[in-house]
Order: sequence, then structure tokens, then C-alpha cells
Amino acid sequence: MLDRELVERLRRGDEQAFAEIVVAWSPIMVRIARMHVSTDASAQEVVQETWLAVIQGLPRFEHRSSLKTWALRILTNRAISRGLRESRTTPMSSLVPADGAVDPDRFHSADEKWPGHWTPLGRPAPLADDPESSALAAERRAALVAALQCLPERQRSVVAMRDVAGLTSVEVCAALEITPVNQRVLLHRGRTALRAALERLHRRGEV
Amino acid sequence: MAASKERGGELTCQELVELVTDYLEGALDEPTSARVAAHLADCDGCADYVEEMRATVSMLGRVETSSLDQAALAELMAAFHTFHTDQRG
Repeated sequence: MLDRELVERLRRGDEQAFAEIVVAWSPIMVRIARMHVSTDASAQEVVQETWLAVIQGLPRFEHRSSLKTWALRILTNRAISRGLRESRTTPMSSLVPADGAVDPDRFHSADEKWPGHWTPLGRPAPLADDPESSALAAERRAALVAALQCLPERQRSVVAMRDVAGLTSVEVCAALEITPVNQRVLLHRGRTALRAALERLHRRGEV
Repeated sequence: MAASKERGGELTCQELVELVTDYLEGALDEPTSARVAAHLADCDGCADYVEEMRATVSMLGRVETSSLDQAALAELMAAFHTFHTDQRG
């Protein structure tokens, strides 16, 4: 369905059209929201509030973006502010390196024989591969979510939308109003930090 | 980025880890992409690193969340209905 047609139907109060987008988009919205807030229930509330804001905002919607993009933008803003309110009562973990880069000490320095190459100790240790269904895999995913929640807001938004919710880079750029280059930089820093967090937990024997 | 400084030369591991996302996204130009592939063919450490980045991404895709329940959906449908009934009335 064309976006204009969809918006027209919604403005006329077409309940079938509304039910269709709620069913189609809510699972993605919950996945995104959950990466900013602390519980499933809280994420669901953010999604519900977002839909109410969509209902009320529709008469003023101006097609500057697609309806889905607009809804995802509302969702992200709300999830981030709710997450901020919640984090005042939840201490932040120190799992995640601040700059989203690999620790330079893991590479040989310029005055050594192989400058810029992994040192024997710095070389990444392969994460043991466990079947997806194992309890360990579930624990590892939970640890990953905890680490994701410690990322800076913009990195967290991009990783949540791309990797957790499976949106395309085009959709993410539109929803967050960022350039493709910026999107890739944020994605890169976020993923780098998360890989490092998993590795650290793995080395400590926690997951 | 760092890679362009020594175009044509071999990438170091430290340069490679900064190119991983662009590489996985298909955003590198052809020569740089070929240099990344050549480095990966020769370097177990970086091959493991890229594999772990892929594993991290795929694990993120498998994070479990619970979506809206039937009661929440019903509330939203009711809110939509009321909003449009009020507007007409």
C-alpha cells in the first residue's frame, strides 16, 4: 500500500488498516524499545504510548518521511527518555569501552617488529560456539543486551535498529536523520564495543 | 581512513579492525575490499575477529523480546476507534 493511501485510510478511521500496521510494526518497535529501557513491560508501554501518539499526530502528519519512519522516530525518542529516567535508579555497568575502538595495546607498536599486528596476547580468542538453544547462549544474549544498554545513545539506537530489529541502513538513516557514513561509524563503534564486552565476559568465564 | 594512507600496501591488523563494518556492509571501494580479503586469507587473528563480529551481530538478531499482548492490542484498537468517533461527533 502506498504511504499516502495508508495515511488517508487511517485518517478516515479505517480500523483494519490500523490493526494491520500495529500487528506488522509492533514486534520491531518492542525490540528497539527494549534496548533503551530496563524491562519487557517497560518496552511494551513505550510502544503503546507511541501508537497513541501516532493516532493523535496523524491529522497533522505532513509526509516529510514515511509513516513508519515517523513512528520509529517517535518510538526512539520516547524509549531513550524513558531509559534515561530508569537509569537514574539503575547503576550503569562498566562493561563497555568508552570509545568503541579496539584497545591499541593489543597490537605491536611502531618500534616493534610487526607494527599494527596482533600481539600474541592481544590476538582475539575465538568465542566457543554453543548451540543456540543452550542455557549459555541465552545467558550470553542477556549479557549482550546489558552491554548494549551501556552504549552511548546514538550507537545504541543504530545497533538496536540494525542488528536487533533488522531494519535496513536506509530506514535507520531516515528514522534517526543521520547520513549513511555517520550510520556506519555509529554501527561500527557499537558493534566493536559489544564484541569486546562479550570477549571480556568470556575470558572471565562468565558466559 | 587509515587504509588510504598506504594505498596498495598491506593492511595491518590494527587498520583492518577499523574497516570491518564497512567491509561487512559492502561499503569499501574495490581495491580496499580486496586488501581486506587478502589480509583475512593470511591472518588467523583477524579472521577470528571478523567471525566474532558476525557472531555478535547474529546473536543480537536472536535476542528474545515479548511483543504486545492481546489486551494491549485491544486497548489500542479501542483508542483508535474512540479518537475517530470523537472527531466525527
